[in-house]
Amino acid sequence: MAKKKTTSKRTSTKKTTSRKKAAAPKGPPRKKTATRAKKVVTNTKVVRQIQAEASTVHQKILKKATPSMKFPIRSLANVIYKPAKGYFQMKGKKKERTLTVGTVKTFAQTLRMMAFSKELVETDDIATKREAYYVSKNWDDARFNEQPESDTVMEDVEALFGVNREQLGFIPEEKGGDVAGQLVVIDHDRETGEELRIDCTRFGSGAYSIPISVEGLRFETNAKFILAIETAGMFQRLVKHAYWRTAQCILISLGGVPTRACRRFIRRLADDKRLPVYVFVDGDPYGYSNIYRTLKVGSGNAAHMNEYFCVPQARFLGVTPDDIREYDLPTHPLKEVDIKRAKDAIKNDPFIQHHKQWEEALQKQIRLGVRVEQQALAKHGLNYVIDEYLPRKLANVKAFLP
Amino acid sequence: MTPAKKKSVRKKKATAKPTAKRKKAAPKKAAPKATRKSAPRTIATADSMARQQREISVSEFFTKNRHLLGFDSPTKALLTTIKEAVDNSLDACEEAGILPDLTVEIKLIAENRYKVIVQDNGPGIVREQIPRIFGKLLYGSKFHRLRQSRGQQGIGISAAGMYGQLTTGKPVEIESRINKRKPAQYFQLVIDTLKNEPVIKREREVEWDAAHGTRVSIELEGTYKRGKHGVEAYLRQTALANPHVDLTYQGPGEEPVHFERASKDLPEEALEIKPHPYGVEVGMLLRMMKETKSRQLKGFFQSEFSRVGPKAATSIIEGTGLQNTTSPRRVVPEKAELLVKNIRKTRIPAPPTDCLSPIGEERLLASLRQQIPGAGYYEAVTRPPSVYRGNPFQIEVGLAYGGGIAGDELTTLMRFANRVPLQYQQGACATFKAVMATNWRSYGIQQSRGALPTAPMTLMVHIASVWVPFTSESKEAVASYDEIIKEMKLALQESGRKLGRYIRRGQRERDEAKKRAYIEKYIPHIGIALQEILGLSEAQEKKVVDTLTDTLERSRKM
Repeated sequence: MAKKKTTSKRTSTKKTTSRKKAAAPKGPPRKKTATRAKKVVTNTKVVRQIQAEASTVHQKILKKATPSMKFPIRSLANVIYKPAKGYFQMKGKKKERTLTVGTVKTFAQTLRMMAFSKELVETDDIATKREAYYVSKNWDDARFNEQPESDTVMEDVEALFGVNREQLGFIPEEKGGDVAGQLVVIDHDRETGEELRIDCTRFGSGAYSIPISVEGLRFETNAKFILAIETAGMFQRLVKHAYWRTAQCILISLGGVPTRACRRFIRRLADDKRLPVYVFVDGDPYGYSNIYRTLKVGSGNAAHMNEYFCVPQARFLGVTPDDIREYDLPTHPLKEVDIKRAKDAIKNDPFIQHHKQWEEALQKQIRLGVRVEQQALAKHGLNYVIDEYLPRKLANVKAFLP
Repeated sequence: MTPAKKKSVRKKKATAKPTAKRKKAAPKKAAPKATRKSAPRTIATADSMARQQREISVSEFFTKNRHLLGFDSPTKALLTTIKEAVDNSLDACEEAGILPDLTVEIKLIAENRYKVIVQDNGPGIVREQIPRIFGKLLYGSKFHRLRQSRGQQGIGISAAGMYGQLTTGKPVEIESRINKRKPAQYFQLVIDTLKNEPVIKREREVEWDAAHGTRVSIELEGTYKRGKHGVEAYLRQTALANPHVDLTYQGPGEEPVHFERASKDLPEEALEIKPHPYGVEVGMLLRMMKETKSRQLKGFFQSEFSRVGPKAATSIIEGTGLQNTTSPRRVVPEKAELLVKNIRKTRIPAPPTDCLSPIGEERLLASLRQQIPGAGYYEAVTRPPSVYRGNPFQIEVGLAYGGGIAGDELTTLMRFANRVPLQYQQGACATFKAVMATNWRSYGIQQSRGALPTAPMTLMVHIASVWVPFTSESKEAVASYDEIIKEMKLALQESGRKLGRYIRRGQRERDEAKKRAYIEKYIPHIGIALQEILGLSEAQEKKVVDTLTDTLERSRKM
């Protein structure tokens, strides 16, 4: 896997360089690369890919033709779900971005993003998504006005070459997720290369933070399962009462829709140690079709990477629509966006469509017209979740939603 | 006199009770509750009532109902006075085949008191007729015939004079000369409001420069306002709808304004027509049958109506129990009703339309250019004539768009009936309804629900007809007959379509310019990026930019 090579090379000293670079915006942007002595370290596959694409565009232009680039469509409409593979696979539909008057801005931005990526890779540097956005402020009219614009272009480039953004020299801003419980993570000291054993039972009331790159990590555990939790609040409660000890498990806080690093961490850990993964999120369409589904089979947006960033062994523990009655939980009415999201999932999400059980669960939720939060269990006592809910659920794992 | 009599009858009924009380000289307002209980009820007898019953003169009626004729507020009174005088002048000039030169002057006499002076170069009025025309209500040449003209009833100018007389006590002054051989006549007139008869206060011969013309001066109480409903706006619109008129206006303490003639052609003469059977009602039919010279019913229909031939006449009479040879005078109302019913069933061709005199597309365009200068686009549409209730009419639409006209505001709608601007009651007018019912969005113009379109646009809608149906005697709004609304909409749509093409063309040009700017902005970045990735030389990079710019500009034209 190409990813392993590039991602493990990042060092903390490199990061300061990138920060310096981003903070020096003065002067014409193009001269910078031209004058600066290039310390060409690697000429990786990605650089060759970028050059090949640019060359094609160049040749087309010289022939007085309008150049174009073909991007895989990044949406749920372009993925299929095969349970045997266990993740969303791209169907291969592509959109062709031909250089016309209407697309000239995005076209220019894409090429400049590619040029920036090439520079990053060649100088073995990295930039966060936010930094990349700020670097574009040097591009005069081609600059991005908001970060989502630059993120989109970045993801397009990623998908164009079928690589992970780390391979392009870009790293995400967000942190990966928190881990507590019966797990030892084996990492290496960045300077000495010495092996570091991180015992996740020894963080007290705190937790181990999943790093951005998890490929070099190894694991030791005697836990029986992994429990992935949506909210930090619920995670705190379980850590505080050392639920991992009671249930002999590993607790991982997802913090909303899990980041790629977090998904990859759970995947590697679960694969490596053959652990089942149970997911415990809020009982609403967002929890089902965004958080859980993304964790299990990946997203439509970065479908080319889903193979690595999915956790096919994940099973849905709760909170299910049935739990509302079963555990007599207080609810809130579904908001309009919730209903829209649920209907949209039933109509467009290949994963939900594949699993009748999920479709029924969403239908039921729409019928009930309510949503329920994880913390609603506190109605029956703060530790009801530890003493009653989770044990009862875990006693019947087979009943978990797929 | 018929309408006045009718009113007097109605009045009689309404006043039957109060009159009994008024006899006791009880103040009207104090009367109702207090007296009703204590005082013994005075019972009116037929005799006592008869003593109260008397004819009410038209003038008296007007005094109490001045709002019906457009004198309901001081501002409107001033405008209406000018309007009536100008209408009369223009009608007279056109009938006499004279290109009208008009001067309108308003002098401030005292606070809220003005003198309105309107002078024309028309044919003048013969001496004997002057008192009756200006000093008697419902006296005129236009009521009895079906012909496109501004005035209709013969109320206007004498009503204006009477209003002046009522508010200031001053007589109307008239000077008129009919040709070089005769001297000009000067009159001071007041109206005997009880008898509806003119009273000559002074009469003499005077010196006049011009060979013929008329000059009217009326002193009245009023309020002078500028702006949208002001006199100048009214005159500007008059000039717009009458390109053949040369108009000079001097407001109180203002610089004179000159509205220049935009066309030297007089409008085609409007011919008088006979009524069309489809517009006739029982009462009118009875009157016509009384007044006709025809001795036989069949002949009556053929000669007194337009478009009725022997076949149609027979078909109208058939089945009513009347004979073709029955004398019209002997037809009773019940039979007349049957005749009217039969008329509705008979197929009769539409009335002739040569009785109409529209402004005409060319003249309207010239006029728009002259009176609303600086617009980006002008359009004029004259529809073919059509008919409502047996009355021929014709719709015209003119518009001026863009250029110097302020945008982001509601369209200015100018309404005209027989070339007369309508200033008030826009919301009740058929023109307004037609503009609202037109889908301006499909022509690239914004329009909020229930509002005029929002655009830098002045829109004029003109209805020409032998009998314009107004919603009231003050002639402020055109009544909404389906046929009229339909024609107006068709005219508006036609001009809208043409305007839409113009707007889209402008939009395309702006888009092109935007595209060009866009290309110039972003292509250099493609050059930079390719240079960075492929290590191109500056010459190579320049070639990329130039070639690509060229390629895109060419593709843009496709």
